[in-house]
Amino acid sequence: MFPEIGHFALILALCMALFQATLPLWGAATNNHQLMAVAKSAAQGQFVFMTISFAALTYAFIVHDFSVAYVANNSNSALPLIYRVSAVWGAHEGSLLLWGYILVIWTNAVLIFSKDLPREMVARVIAVLGLISIGFLLFMLFTSNPFERMIPAPMDGRDLNPLLQDPGLAIHPPMLYLGYVGFAVPFAFAIAAMMGGRLDAAWAKWSRPWTNIAWVFLTLGITLGSWWAYYELGWGGWWFWDPVENASFMPWLIGTALIHSLAATEKRNTFKAWTVLLAIIAFSLSLLGTFLVRSGVLTSVHAFATDPTRGVFILIFLVLVVGGSLALYAMRAPKIKSTGEFQLFSRETTLLMNNVLLVVACASILLGTLYPLLLDALGLGKISVGPPYFNSVFVPLTAPLAALLGVGVFLRWKKDDPKRVFDKLKTVAGVSLVTGALLSLLLPEFKIAAMIGLMLAVWVVLSSSYHFYTRLNKNKSLLTALKEIPNGFYGMTVAHIGVAVFIVGITLTSLYSQEKDVRLEPGQKYQLADYEFEFKGVVQNQGANYTASEGLVVVTRGGEIIQEMKPQKRIYRVQKMPMTEAAIDAGVSRDLFVALGEPLDAKGAWSVRLYVKPFIRWIWIGAVIMSLGGLLAVADRRYRRVKVKQKEAVSDDAEVKA
Amino acid sequence: MNLVRRKRLILISLMVIGVGIATTFALKAFNENLMFFFSVTDVVKGKAPAAKSFRLGGMVVDGSVKREDGKLAVMFDLTDNAEVVTVFYDGILPDLFREGQGIISKGKMRQDGVFVADEVLAKHDENYMPPEVAESMKAKQK
Repeated sequence: MFPEIGHFALILALCMALFQATLPLWGAATNNHQLMAVAKSAAQGQFVFMTISFAALTYAFIVHDFSVAYVANNSNSALPLIYRVSAVWGAHEGSLLLWGYILVIWTNAVLIFSKDLPREMVARVIAVLGLISIGFLLFMLFTSNPFERMIPAPMDGRDLNPLLQDPGLAIHPPMLYLGYVGFAVPFAFAIAAMMGGRLDAAWAKWSRPWTNIAWVFLTLGITLGSWWAYYELGWGGWWFWDPVENASFMPWLIGTALIHSLAATEKRNTFKAWTVLLAIIAFSLSLLGTFLVRSGVLTSVHAFATDPTRGVFILIFLVLVVGGSLALYAMRAPKIKSTGEFQLFSRETTLLMNNVLLVVACASILLGTLYPLLLDALGLGKISVGPPYFNSVFVPLTAPLAALLGVGVFLRWKKDDPKRVFDKLKTVAGVSLVTGALLSLLLPEFKIAAMIGLMLAVWVVLSSSYHFYTRLNKNKSLLTALKEIPNGFYGMTVAHIGVAVFIVGITLTSLYSQEKDVRLEPGQKYQLADYEFEFKGVVQNQGANYTASEGLVVVTRGGEIIQEMKPQKRIYRVQKMPMTEAAIDAGVSRDLFVALGEPLDAKGAWSVRLYVKPFIRWIWIGAVIMSLGGLLAVADRRYRRVKVKQKEAVSDDAEVKA
Repeated sequence: MNLVRRKRLILISLMVIGVGIATTFALKAFNENLMFFFSVTDVVKGKAPAAKSFRLGGMVVDGSVKREDGKLAVMFDLTDNAEVVTVFYDGILPDLFREGQGIISKGKMRQDGVFVADEVLAKHDENYMPPEVAESMKAKQK
């Protein structure tokens, strides 16, 4: 009975979304307060019904209701409880339900935190979010109903894909979706502002925390995915330029650009039309990501759907959303006036360059991801674009970004004196170059690329810290001075230092990793970097729902035992699927990674994959620091005083004119 | 031309130049790194490039997987039900590599007509057949 309640709740949620998307818009157009107030109750109603629906599906998983087709296909009576819960979003139908649910959560969050916003603005924002919700609910009800029954019910389920039976992956989709769907909020703000014809500093100020928080979740989601791919897929890589990864990375790049252009729009009233466009693109790319991943166009672990009607539906939805918002943009953009003027040498220019670099990087990834699909769709041949393309395009585009960062933070708005900036930065730049060079000499082998990477990282850290230091009020005690600095500024500094940590991670990992696939008999040793790996053999053991061959590899360095590593090769009983569980010895300066290949011959020899990966943790730590910076910025109290801010915005404008 | 206009012009031309350079490099890298897919029949007929890497897909022939004693390197045959190409790979085969399964390998042709793979891909689903492989096999059945 519960699945029917869930299904019914989904239909009611759709009804609520219909109200939410239409009446408030009508109310905003006719200045009817009662109709505008529908936004709130409809969104709350939708939240209640989506919660019921989501709970019903979760319940079906927990109690092993295999009469529900989705549960039967993605669960099993031997599946542990935590994975029964995460299996709710383990495949197509359920992950859409999660998408829809998260959208409703964001919608209600906007309602809670937007009490100070003008009534029409709230009504329009909630209505736009309602429109998106309608699209997803229709999609679910017509093509991918998670509550569909399977009569007669099978005795047992087909189990969750073993790859997904992992704590990292249990939370990866919700994080990623919180990010994807989170970009719906700045999108809705932009659309609502265009409808109302009010694109001012206040609009930018409202959008900023929402963009930041969406970006934080997206960053964490991508990081979790990368970390999971590293330890779970058994290939030891952290990024593969797989189309699915690119699908999540493109909105991230545009989201990053949006964060920076919003800063200029809010503070200086510039780049307005551009910011609106970025908000539209960020969300469109999120939708495109969902489309690419869910439609089955791409072949990967993520692509579940092979039903072409689903792909067509998402494609139509995508065209409507992107086309509709761009049409509105085309109508309104000529009227959007940016009043803030600036000189060539100013912070605005560096922010603009940051945006251009990020957008071009995103465009080159889009090209590499979509071009093969396009050729294939037109029947012009099957091609693939490999990681070398992405690396050779991406690195030269992002290295200037890091160099620019250090200068950009120092520049004043509107106009600055090149000599002043040069005087301030020459020492920092010199120290960065020397430190970077010295650090690169400590590495096992000197490489120019490593030196440049380290110089950039040191430069980013030093210039950010120095900039932070110059902002401290020297006349007060350190504690008061620290307290006076707004959270947003802390956020920026922390996020930029995260970038530096990230640069160190990718530079050193990609240049100094040692990887070797070898054949090892029990008792044989293999030397890689400073480490000696001794293979002791393989034993069989049993897990909850799998059988494992577990190897023992003893790692020594200069005769001293570093770690006993136990990589596994698992066979999951239900799906009969082999899985590699790599053994990883994590460390700050290096990871040791051992994965079993396959048994080779009667002598007990196995193929074994041995990796020494220097500084790989820094990649994820850097990304986590960046998200921490984003969180700090969200907590900036200026965002909570919206009314006061509007006055500030006015004074900002006055200042510009003066 | 007034000052504002000139500044705007400089800014825009700088951006255009920058984006232009970036695009040139991107397209160049793109062209160099495009990898085409060829079926086994294409390779046998000599349609595949001699010096460039490409992707080769097909079904692993039953009983064709051979390994020299004491070595990691492996040889196996790929087919599209019409022709056969032998593949050499010195590395660890993916978990789902099995005889009778559709796989994709990346690599180059060697003088003696053996395909030397530097990567072998098998997808994480026991019933999965890479669409390229499925299509090339279908084409042969007609």
